[in-house]
Amino acid sequence: MKLSVQEEPFFPDGKIGHFSNLNQETGAIVTFLGKVRSDPENHLDYMLIEHYPGMTEKAIEKMMAEAVKRWKLIDCLVIHRYGKLVPGEDIVLVATSSKHRREAFEAADYLMDFLKSRAPFWKKEISQNGEAWVESKEIDELALDRWK
Amino acid sequence: MMVRVLYFSWLRERIGVPSESIETDAVRVNELLDELREKGERYKLAFRQTSSLCVAINQELGDMDSDITEADEIAFFPPMTGG
Repeated sequence: MKLSVQEEPFFPDGKIGHFSNLNQETGAIVTFLGKVRSDPENHLDYMLIEHYPGMTEKAIEKMMAEAVKRWKLIDCLVIHRYGKLVPGEDIVLVATSSKHRREAFEAADYLMDFLKSRAPFWKKEISQNGEAWVESKEIDELALDRWK
Repeated sequence: MMVRVLYFSWLRERIGVPSESIETDAVRVNELLDELREKGERYKLAFRQTSSLCVAINQELGDMDSDITEADEIAFFPPMTGG
């Protein structure tokens, strides 16, 4: 299990390549890469991501341990950035590995659902229309019910 | 007792500080919130509506009824938007 909460950019290819080479029993690796997106109607200049140092790591480690246990993962990796990010930049990388694909798919899905609304990050968008904190979506909260 | 109280996102902006030390005898989060509202207009505004307010006690999510007598650190924030 490896977690990194960091300000600096990361290189997904290198991270996935390294993750993929770690274990010979792995039959499947699922990766998710979340990016900063700009809307044509409201051009985003940049995004500021704030987090709660200490709690962020604890909360994500707990999710990762739960995912490993529930889907008997061989390994998992989470990298999540904070600070200033411009459209096109990568925000989050989740990678899960297991013997067979189903477990890796589900565990990655689970981790993303929990990262969305149970990891203490807050996004602020700065655009030509000013600045605004991103509001949480009900659909993200409801998504957690799938894992009960 | 002395607790460290932290604020994040728009709560931090509205209150004007990221954290502060508060002397309190509150037993539950709700009672601490009542005390904070007494601190002034900025606090009253920030904590006007608490239906979607989140709280963490010693870096673990809790709720407005959570016991805080063992707490060193209490954080208030709006719903999280990670990922």
